[in-house]
Amino acid sequence: MLTYTAKRLAMAIPTLLIVITVSFFLMRVAPGGPFDGERQLPPEIENNLRAAYHLDEPLPMQYLRYMGNLLQGDFGPSFKYKDFSVTQLILQGFPVSLELGGLAIGLALIIGLPLGVIAALRRNSTVDYMVMGIALGGIAVPNFVIAPILALVFGVLLAWLPAGGWNGGALPNLVLPVIALAIQQIAYIARMMRASMIETLGSHFIRTARAKGLSERQVIWRHALRPSMLPVISYLGPAIAGIITGSVVIEQIFGLPGIGRYFVQGALNRDYTLVMGTVVFYGVLIVLMNLVVDLLYSALDPQIRYDD
Amino acid sequence: MTRLYPMMATAALLGALSLAPVAIEAAAAATLKVGISSDPASLDPGRITGGVWEEDVLRDIYEGLISIDAGGRIIPGVAESWQLADDGTTWTFELRDDAQWSDGEPVTAEDFVRALRYHANPQTASNYAHRLYPIVNAEAITRGDKPVDSLGVESRNDGHTLVIHLNEPTAYFLKTLVLPFGYPLPKHVMAQYGKAWSDIDHIVTNGPFKPVKWVSNTELETVKNPRFHAAEQVSLDGVDFYPLEDKSAAITRFRAGEVDVVRDFPAARYQWLKDNLPEAVHVAPSLGSYYYVFNTRKGTPTADRRVRRALSLAINREVIADKLLDGAVEPSRALVPGGVSHYTPQPQPGLDEPMPARMQKARQLLQQAGYGPEHPLELTLRYNAGTEHQRIAVAVAAMWKPLGVEITQRSSEANVHYADLMQGDFQVARAAWISSYDDAQNFLQLLSAETNNYGAWHSDEYSRLMARSDREQDREQRRALLEQAERVGLADYPLAPIYIYASRNLVNPAIEGWQDNALDMHPSRWLSLPQ
Repeated sequence: MLTYTAKRLAMAIPTLLIVITVSFFLMRVAPGGPFDGERQLPPEIENNLRAAYHLDEPLPMQYLRYMGNLLQGDFGPSFKYKDFSVTQLILQGFPVSLELGGLAIGLALIIGLPLGVIAALRRNSTVDYMVMGIALGGIAVPNFVIAPILALVFGVLLAWLPAGGWNGGALPNLVLPVIALAIQQIAYIARMMRASMIETLGSHFIRTARAKGLSERQVIWRHALRPSMLPVISYLGPAIAGIITGSVVIEQIFGLPGIGRYFVQGALNRDYTLVMGTVVFYGVLIVLMNLVVDLLYSALDPQIRYDD
Repeated sequence: MTRLYPMMATAALLGALSLAPVAIEAAAAATLKVGISSDPASLDPGRITGGVWEEDVLRDIYEGLISIDAGGRIIPGVAESWQLADDGTTWTFELRDDAQWSDGEPVTAEDFVRALRYHANPQTASNYAHRLYPIVNAEAITRGDKPVDSLGVESRNDGHTLVIHLNEPTAYFLKTLVLPFGYPLPKHVMAQYGKAWSDIDHIVTNGPFKPVKWVSNTELETVKNPRFHAAEQVSLDGVDFYPLEDKSAAITRFRAGEVDVVRDFPAARYQWLKDNLPEAVHVAPSLGSYYYVFNTRKGTPTADRRVRRALSLAINREVIADKLLDGAVEPSRALVPGGVSHYTPQPQPGLDEPMPARMQKARQLLQQAGYGPEHPLELTLRYNAGTEHQRIAVAVAAMWKPLGVEITQRSSEANVHYADLMQGDFQVARAAWISSYDDAQNFLQLLSAETNNYGAWHSDEYSRLMARSDREQDREQRRALLEQAERVGLADYPLAPIYIYASRNLVNPAIEGWQDNALDMHPSRWLSLPQ
């Protein structure tokens, strides 16, 4: 297991290198630059700006400079948020996204898993149709529709909760964004869990367990639940990475300081360093989450081993 | 099996209940909460990008030589008085004795010298550097040809007097000092912290409010600066700025009472807001022009004046302003907006005639230019991405269609759009200019300067008139020169004016002291929010 983990981590290095290199050059190929805007600056001022950020150097030089700084853990200064370094922005934004995303995934599991199981056990019943119908709705309605509706209903009409803002991460401010983030995940997880549970319940070892005379509760809890979670687990890896790196929609609508906005705004503003910083960060996270998922697999399914 | 369901259901229910509503705490005392369009790039005037939202924030935390009142009029700031020498090139500013930084250090002429040199310095790469060009040696310094301390500014009289030397009389120079390059900078703090002087933990300012907390992209908190010389007239305890890029979300938060002011709400929401929040909606003509610029470079169809004229004649501005944009803006026939003081906009010829006559004239012009049913005029119309720009482009394309003009619309994100415009990679394109000081020159220079003159239009007569107006010290003479320039320029149809921008603010009706003005500047020191 240790050797396997070490091997996987070593393999991550070339992967990340490729991701960084491709992103670096792709970003530069994109038309428009960080200093183009409605108010065009005289050329000499633009040159001064370019020099201040080393954009006047040849591209390979810039690449080497970037990689050199990166190795020292320096993501460079943001072009747009000039009073902050990219590292500061990520360190400020990530805990927020982590908290929101973590809560949303937690909520999605707490609600989604039982719903999926219930639907599977009551297959083709009214309960099943209701759960799956709602889940389908949850998947179909995007969060940029759900979030404003939540803000309008609970923030303005009922005035129970803040319609937005972070307020240092106070609980009331978390509620609506977490729900908005979780709804789609709940739907996915419930559907996945249902399908997987139905499949498991039809397999031989469940028949054997039943034949042994185990109670239905024991059959479900001890035998059916664990293998049924495998597809959900493999889905969760990238889903967690995605959700804790922030959602630009949710962050913008609720005005939250997560890092999802930096990704999109960085790209739109041609804020090269900020985009690179978030790409590297996201890349590392994805690699790590996939590894965690694979390791979890072996814990859940005895047939999967990584010993050699 | 039946016992399982209640357990599962309970788990699901518990999950839902853990998010039961929680009461919101009451809002704090008289702190104004302002929703701005984006986060400022910096609190250092030399490092901002010149966005309206940045200037909004900086205006509350710094005070320049001159300042503005609630109506946008120029009033004394750190300078108590100023005068221009007879030759028109030397400005002398007498500074007030009680101006202090928020750490108690006095604000002196040295701090202004430091600031102006800082903006001129090529290493600062200030977005405002070109605003200093009227000052002696400023341009050479920014180009890197002269040392920074050769800038024509000096501190005299033990730091009580600031003198600025200009290359030649420049009529609009004083007005530009309301821009952030006119703010002093705390040279003692800059010496101590270097580039990091504007970090929230280090920064000191001299305005009515001082920044105390900044969560990037979420909230910038300022509190009243007790050391501000007119602090006793400042009613608010502080101003919090919230960058709200999503304007619909901003409106929702306004309705929830979480922000008191929303700057620049979307025009498309105007009608709804007017019907539902009539007391909060503030719309007033502002100093901005929305126009379509024609590429006049050789080889483009729009290099032909007849084509440009036909296209401009065929645009029905009233339909765009009144129908498409719900009357939130005013149709425009000139480049300079009506709100510019001491100036009368000079309309483009022919736009005052009724539409049928204009369309007929336009058809004739295109025919003369060699376009007709067999040889239709094909044009690409470019605009930067945005619903409003798209709707206008669709409408204009429809207005041109009866002329037999075939339009391909192309939308790109703003950075790409303007980069391409500068390189002349367009035929007809959407452009706009919003001025942050009240002078017709700032609009008319769009057709004489190298930058922002996207269509590369040129006229010797126009440039001569503009140069003369810059040097002219007599107000009436200067006005006549500028008006003549606009007539000369627009008669050649280098662009088609479309509408005059309007400031669109949502303002909590409880706020006192808010005055709509053409500059759309509302310093918080004049506002109060009775509890």
